[in-house]
Amino acid sequence: MPLDWLWIGLRCAGWATLLSILVALPLGWLLAHHRFPGCELLDAIATLPLVLPPAVLVYYLLAASGRWRLDFSWRAAVGLSAIYTLPLLLRMMRAGFAAVDAGFENAARGLGAGEWRTFLRVTLPLAWRALIGAVLAGFARAFADFGATALLASDASHAPTPWLLVPIAALALAGLYIGNRLRRTQVPA
Amino acid sequence: MIQVRLAAHGADVEFQAASGITALFGAAGVGKTLILDAIAGFVTPASGRIILDDEILFDGASRVNLPPGRRHCGYVARHWALFPHMSLHDNLLFPLAGLARLERHRRVKEMLERFALHDGAPRRPNQVSPAERLRATVARALIGEPKLLLVDEPAAGLDIALRAEWHNVLRMLRDETSLPVLLAAHDPDTCFELAGNMLLLDAGRILQSGPPRKIFDQPAGVEAARLLGIRNLFPAEIVALDPGRNTSRLRLETFELNGPYLPGRLRGDRVWLCVEPGQLHATPHDGSKPSANQVAARLERATEMPRAVRLEFAGGIVAEIARRDFEQQPKDGDNKEWLVEFPPHALRVLGCP
Repeated sequence: MPLDWLWIGLRCAGWATLLSILVALPLGWLLAHHRFPGCELLDAIATLPLVLPPAVLVYYLLAASGRWRLDFSWRAAVGLSAIYTLPLLLRMMRAGFAAVDAGFENAARGLGAGEWRTFLRVTLPLAWRALIGAVLAGFARAFADFGATALLASDASHAPTPWLLVPIAALALAGLYIGNRLRRTQVPA
Repeated sequence: MIQVRLAAHGADVEFQAASGITALFGAAGVGKTLILDAIAGFVTPASGRIILDDEILFDGASRVNLPPGRRHCGYVARHWALFPHMSLHDNLLFPLAGLARLERHRRVKEMLERFALHDGAPRRPNQVSPAERLRATVARALIGEPKLLLVDEPAAGLDIALRAEWHNVLRMLRDETSLPVLLAAHDPDTCFELAGNMLLLDAGRILQSGPPRKIFDQPAGVEAARLLGIRNLFPAEIVALDPGRNTSRLRLETFELNGPYLPGRLRGDRVWLCVEPGQLHATPHDGSKPSANQVAARLERATEMPRAVRLEFAGGIVAEIARRDFEQQPKDGDNKEWLVEFPPHALRVLGCP
């Protein structure tokens, strides 16, 4: 059923995005605010899937599957999708956090706020447009990825009909567009 | 009372400040903001010790380094740093998180009244006037009842009206509170007008400290004088000293001048001579022989200013004369040859080069 397939795609992309948010949000903040030994290496490792051809990564995973027993369930799809969503999300979130003027955060610290309160009351509200933009872009990417994979991977009886590619593209486009719009309209200081 | 001794990123300073405004003055990038940031706890110095009243905020030797929130320092940042996503009212409320509701309310109300912010209170910083933003920033820095106020004066963006407002707020801080205020100043006028004490910074070091009046009148050396924007600095040698007649004679590069007696100097001393541009008398050269202390000089540029005309002569001599005097000069000829008179009483001598 075509709609069935759409639902699976959305669900997978949603979980994958959620999963990568959990990693990208703290990591993006950490990389934007602190320099520590290996911070650029960490960033490079997380960004690797962006430049590595998917075939290479999948080959490694399949090679490892003999050892770790990969099951070809939707969970595996979510995991794989998250690996590919992470770099995009991380880059954009790091940039979003870095764009927040450190003067505001220092002001908050100087006024008695701890790190956690500074993050919740100042950094997050000032960066949220960029963060939402990142999440939408990440979601668009994950969803489009799933669509392409499903189109090729499923057998003829389950294959999504070609017209379903239109909503995929539309959704991805909408995600990117709204995300960009959000990031551009900064809160005036 | 704040005692500071610190070394950080090329700055190395030691000073104390009691109540009243203490101005840190120096060229841009000399480390003024860095010193304020180190005291506030945003930058960790390499070594040193910072003591506010009786509390050690930082001590490099015993590794004490209080977080910014526990240092009891108010900070007025250069770009105000009012949180753009909160109303002025919420900005004022922010530092009061740990207090009871009633107390928070009372303090915010008091500050809104004191800084005339009632109209702007429900609006966000970008919706109020620059003057209100300025007052709100200072109010927010004071509302937590700090023991020290750190103020980073904006280098740009203060128009004439806002500058007056800025001086008003600083004057109020000086007169109505007993807080020590450390002011990173960009404007010598601000220092002179408001500061009780002044630290002259150059390359991360303190060149001179003391009341602004004393520093402007008697800069410790030629670097200090240059920092203060004093023009007409000439290297000179003392060729004669006569305490009886209260005179001296100074040899400059191309001419000699009569000056007042210079106590504590010896004949043959190399000194820096300085004269306020406004104290030089300049008249067009009519071909007569220059009298004593008059020097023939070639005019290179005349710059009109609101109240005076600045004349820049060859040899680095700068004179300022009233605009009316300048306009009354005969316009015939090219008016390039002038006589500049150095009145003996106007000559000041700075330390050895």
